[in-house]
Amino acid sequence: MSDNRLEIRNLHARIAGGETILKGVDLIVPSGEVHALMGPNGSGKSTLAKLMAGDPSYEVLDGDILIDGESVLELEPDERARAGLYLAFQYPVEVPGVSIANFLRLALNARREEGDEVGVMEFYAKLQRAVKALDWDESIIERNLHEGFSGGEKKRSEVLQLLVLEPRYAILDESDSGLDVDALKVVANGVNAARGPNFGALVITHYQRLLNYIVPDMVHVMSSGRVIESGPKELAMDLDAKGYDWIREKHGITASGDAVAHA
Amino acid sequence: MSDLRPINDHPDAAKLEGLDHTRQYDFQLAENYSYKSERGLNKRVIEKLSYMKNEPEWMLKFRLRAFEIAEKKGRPKWGPDLSHLNFDEIFFYIRPQDRKGTNSWDDVPEEVRETYKRLGIPEAEQKMLAGVGAQYESEMVYHSLKEEWEKQGVIFLDTETGLQEHPEIFKEHFATVVPPEDNYFAAVNSAVWSGGSFVYVPAGVEISVPLQAYFLINAQSMGQFERTLIIGEPGSKFHYIEGCTAPTYNSDSFHSGVIEIIVKDRANVRYSTIQNWSHNVYNLVTQRAIVGERASMGWLDGNLGSKVTMKYPSTYLLGEGAHGEVLSIAFATDGQHQDAGAKVIHAAPNTTSSVVSKSISKGTGRSSYRGLVQIHEGATNARSNVECDALLLDEHAMTDTYPYIEINEKTAHVGHEATVSKLNDEQIFYLMSRGLPEDAAMALIVRGFLDPVAKELPLEYAVELNRLIELEMEGSVG
Repeated sequence: MSDNRLEIRNLHARIAGGETILKGVDLIVPSGEVHALMGPNGSGKSTLAKLMAGDPSYEVLDGDILIDGESVLELEPDERARAGLYLAFQYPVEVPGVSIANFLRLALNARREEGDEVGVMEFYAKLQRAVKALDWDESIIERNLHEGFSGGEKKRSEVLQLLVLEPRYAILDESDSGLDVDALKVVANGVNAARGPNFGALVITHYQRLLNYIVPDMVHVMSSGRVIESGPKELAMDLDAKGYDWIREKHGITASGDAVAHA
Repeated sequence: MSDLRPINDHPDAAKLEGLDHTRQYDFQLAENYSYKSERGLNKRVIEKLSYMKNEPEWMLKFRLRAFEIAEKKGRPKWGPDLSHLNFDEIFFYIRPQDRKGTNSWDDVPEEVRETYKRLGIPEAEQKMLAGVGAQYESEMVYHSLKEEWEKQGVIFLDTETGLQEHPEIFKEHFATVVPPEDNYFAAVNSAVWSGGSFVYVPAGVEISVPLQAYFLINAQSMGQFERTLIIGEPGSKFHYIEGCTAPTYNSDSFHSGVIEIIVKDRANVRYSTIQNWSHNVYNLVTQRAIVGERASMGWLDGNLGSKVTMKYPSTYLLGEGAHGEVLSIAFATDGQHQDAGAKVIHAAPNTTSSVVSKSISKGTGRSSYRGLVQIHEGATNARSNVECDALLLDEHAMTDTYPYIEINEKTAHVGHEATVSKLNDEQIFYLMSRGLPEDAAMALIVRGFLDPVAKELPLEYAVELNRLIELEMEGSVG
């Protein structure tokens, strides 16, 4: 098997100094594929997403995270980003006074060598393409990062950044939550625009709805801090129709197991 | 940001050893002055100084009177701690040719040149800062501007030359805005002033290019006790810019300037200054403007560096419909106290003012906003709005606010808003997750915080300010 993949190996983790949330996650997203990660509230999906990006409010107890065979566990968030990882945040923060254009130029240049900064024309061309792919008005790039953005605009901004930064692997943390169908399609189109042989994505969602527009190569189910089931895209349909209980029963997990993990 | 390498990676890192990131401007030259006055402040020093400047009698008398006032007044009993400021250790006058300390760019210490380079300052300006700027004055740009200005009757000189060449205009306006009686440090400045700019713009003349103090790079233009006098005749319009974001190359430990600005009816004057003193300096400055009918005065005041700064640009709105505006930036790092703010006096009807203050405290730094809005009786329908925002970068950093508001007129509208925020871990993580190293992420947040003020600066100054912030933020990560 090729090394080109995002891999999570037996990952155990907790809130720094607090409760254990991930209890042995195993997951592989090969480059070129889009996988969905589903699961009830409190199963650890968002924790996994933030942990992969290097959020310092979590602590890894055991296991590993690897990009193309290289462990990134010891890397700072910015080093992971430069290694090719991207997290589309569920709740992106506001950064007053920092325009999207300025920020993205700095972020791109952080990936390049000194003296090899991205050219102004090249940068704006790239930015314009991304804005267009998201069916957005060009004036958006001069707005300050998420200042006064609606929930939908924030999600769009996360995908915009993905398109400009062109990561090797992206984790999308509930990029569909709170979106109406039109906005959902726009976001999905953006993600689909990024798809290709050198791009892998893990799409975290509660709803099968998003997966109508971003069709996954595989679906994983998380419960009580572990991936308990993986299957083809049809698995998402089953979950939508039947809920999670049947899988949990199959693996001998009670619903309260999640509730405890969530508390 | 990415174009600035961490100091330790630099090929010249060995030479920079011992140069603490946050204190990298604390350089000083070996003392090789050929002449110095004695230490301390007394009549003899003032007489000698006035003699050496070949001043008219009235100026010497003015200086001596100011000295007496200073003696009587004593230091202010409020504000930052000045107990370590010992006048007996200070040279109150050093001849300009001696102040330079060096005549050749090659003599400027490597680490100083390095700092300038890292700030991306143009070489001509670097040389001026280091006191070896002889070439710059002859530059084409300045010459053509100067000719243009002279045709319009604009006077733009260092203050000594202004006094010699335009004695009438000078005497008519000098010390009318800030008399020596005003405050202790104004009295000290009046006694020993040296250097500064003299600007006179005739009625109706508008200047589109900012008058930049660093055009006046003969050595007299920069000093410990500079005295700047700016006069905008009715209907004139211009922007004066002083200082720059580069560390001021100066081993003096006491800076006490006085800036007087007279904005006559319908004139529009902007004064911008960004100062970055080395960390041993007490920076105690009086800046004041009087503003006539339907005239407008704008201050942009940036305070970085220094040990203690006390600086409150004041605007006296004396004519009906006068407008005043203050944008203030203060950045206090380890061991620094920036006590800055603004005063606005509404003394006529329909006057308006706005104050925006942005302060940042880092390490053990402390930023204070000290402001006064005063509405006199009879100043009907005056409007004033004050907004001060403080950003704390560390757990031990401090900020405080002293907003004084005195309203003696029922029809006044006065607003005051203050916010304090801390550097937010979520923001840092977010920016880092996009590939920015931690110090760059912090610098970006700080830049964003200052953006509402920085965008009022001409581009090259805004760029310098950003670089300086990045440099200040380097090394803030453990």
